[in-house]
Amino acid sequence: MIDALGQPRRVLVLGGTSEIALAAVSRWAANGAIEVVLAARPGPRRTSAANQVREWGSTATEVDFDALDAEAHPALINEVASGGDIDVALVAFGVLGDEEEAWTDHASALWHARVNYVGAVSVGVVLGQVMGKQGHGVIVALSSVAGELVRRSNFVYGSSKAGMDGFYRGLGEAVRGSGARVLVVRPGFVHTKMTEGRSPAPLSVTADQVGEAIVSGVADGSDLVWVPGPMRVVMSGLRHVPRPIFRKLPL
Amino acid sequence: MSGEVTLTGWGRTAPTAAWLRTVTAEDVAAEIAAASERGLLVRGLGRSYGDAAQNAGGVVLTLRDSAPTLVEGGAAVRVSGATSLHDLMAFLLSHQRFVPVTPGTRYVTVGGAIACDIHGKNHHVAGSFSDHVRSFDLIDGTGVTHTVTRESDPDTFNATAGGMGLTGVITSALIDVLPVESAWMRVTTERIGGVREVMDQIKATDATTTYSVAWIDTLARGDALGRSVLTRGEHARFDELGATAAEARWTPPKGPILHAPPWLPRGLVSLPTITAFNELWFRKAPRHREGEIQSISAFFHPLDAVGGWNRMYGSTGMVQYQFVVPDEAEDALIEALRIIANARNPSFLAVLKRFGRGNQGYLSFPREGWTLALDMPAKVSLIPLFALLDALVLAAGGRLYLAKDARMNAADLATMYPRLPQFQASLTRLDPAGVFQSDLARRLSLRRSTS
Repeated sequence: MIDALGQPRRVLVLGGTSEIALAAVSRWAANGAIEVVLAARPGPRRTSAANQVREWGSTATEVDFDALDAEAHPALINEVASGGDIDVALVAFGVLGDEEEAWTDHASALWHARVNYVGAVSVGVVLGQVMGKQGHGVIVALSSVAGELVRRSNFVYGSSKAGMDGFYRGLGEAVRGSGARVLVVRPGFVHTKMTEGRSPAPLSVTADQVGEAIVSGVADGSDLVWVPGPMRVVMSGLRHVPRPIFRKLPL
Repeated sequence: MSGEVTLTGWGRTAPTAAWLRTVTAEDVAAEIAAASERGLLVRGLGRSYGDAAQNAGGVVLTLRDSAPTLVEGGAAVRVSGATSLHDLMAFLLSHQRFVPVTPGTRYVTVGGAIACDIHGKNHHVAGSFSDHVRSFDLIDGTGVTHTVTRESDPDTFNATAGGMGLTGVITSALIDVLPVESAWMRVTTERIGGVREVMDQIKATDATTTYSVAWIDTLARGDALGRSVLTRGEHARFDELGATAAEARWTPPKGPILHAPPWLPRGLVSLPTITAFNELWFRKAPRHREGEIQSISAFFHPLDAVGGWNRMYGSTGMVQYQFVVPDEAEDALIEALRIIANARNPSFLAVLKRFGRGNQGYLSFPREGWTLALDMPAKVSLIPLFALLDALVLAAGGRLYLAKDARMNAADLATMYPRLPQFQASLTRLDPAGVFQSDLARRLSLRRSTS
């Protein structure tokens, strides 16, 4: 159960090695021990994430999860739910490959679409059912400003996030009244392993800042947060820039 | 009435959805038989502050009440579990009687009063509500009805008194009543400048006082730490009433006079507004006034006059923190007050009271010592403050009140309530399939081996 101060007791992380998700988990763990289920591909990164959670004084369980294997998602999530209520589920997996290859190489395009969109839809449907049955719970979808306004520079990634963002915004409306809730988080450029080597866009943030936004969004009942907050205004402005000018912007 | 609704406690935090149905006591066994794995729970009037009367994903029943009857030559009342203390008081006053224990609101049900083992301003002489319950009818998790007395089935009695509704459904109870001479109170009010003096005065006067409570300004610091207005009361004798009160000798408490409007501005309960309010309230209290005749509502239930006062705290709701520490841990209470005052969180008046001896209820809250209750607007930044207070209470051998709690953790609960294993064993016997569930029970793992 999420308590009166917004603190969950049991958290499922889909994409269990996500730096942003772990940043949120570390904040909850600092407030009191929680139970964390890390769903990710087996390997040293997952092991090290689990060890980190344990160092924070919380319990960590590792389960095998492959975003591409959508057929396996329902059984996996239902299995986790049978071990106790899922108070918060972080949908924190995603891929960002080479942007030019992503639209010129067929396999790369499909990979982005399957992980970022199909995978997200696949787990979202099951989480919506599980939390509706529980009568409570928050699904946190890690979207991106790249999905708010798809740009030429990374439009395959951007379009996959746009689809994912739209799905979770819609899911949030669909589950209203069931006790379940959806929080869509739209960060700008985040300094993580995924973006390593890329030059940061303006208003870039750290994983910890996004983690903080997740924790407060879960606590105050928000359904959409931008990180940093001013990004909302910037993106809203950019939407109205005429295409010939937009094209010339260094975005 | 039936359908999926979102429920919260009185603090309006942590909403969850459940299937709410209003039924009669006769329907309960069928509901138990039909319960899903999310279980069912009975909800009274929703005055528990936290998640005690919520059951996410499951069924929440409210029961229809029936009229009370005086029995045993007027020494006791037979009353349905769903009857409110408001209605019970009106009935009893019409028979020149009063409830043996009343909390700070009349809007709780008899079933809830037993399940939370509520206390009132007379705890130091009268104990808690269940101490006056001769028997109750309980439908357990297998659908069987037991008539339980302390003597016939002490285990079920002690598990149910304070058991937060998890042992079964209390459909009716037989309760001792108090003969009174009027519906009025004779009240002594004193303004006292600091917490040590308040505690000394309570200790000096409690033996000769039936009802006593101190309202504390939790924002006052330094020499004024814990400045209070101590009120002490007795049921007024007829010959003590003035002409006006004598004319309304048996007039029962009325419904709310005012209702908090549905839309209230944010920040109504903020540090500046509450600091100003507390200052004004303290200044306007008399230094010492004896023999004032007050109505039952004014003395016991001042907040009931404003319907929906909990909405004053805005959309994020509020959290109430109530703990008790043993007599020998007076310093812990003063330290807690200092921490609260220094944290500068807006809190309306807190309530300080000295408890008498506790009872055998496994999860019953009161124990001999000092209890303090205060509420604050809910926000994430309270987490470290409450963690600090929890540690202090634990170290002092104290505990938190489950009817108020909305955020403590399971490990602390087990330390605070050493009879938790007995409670859990009773649940296994009374409700082997785990039909009775609540958000509170899930959050605190009150049931063994389920989360």
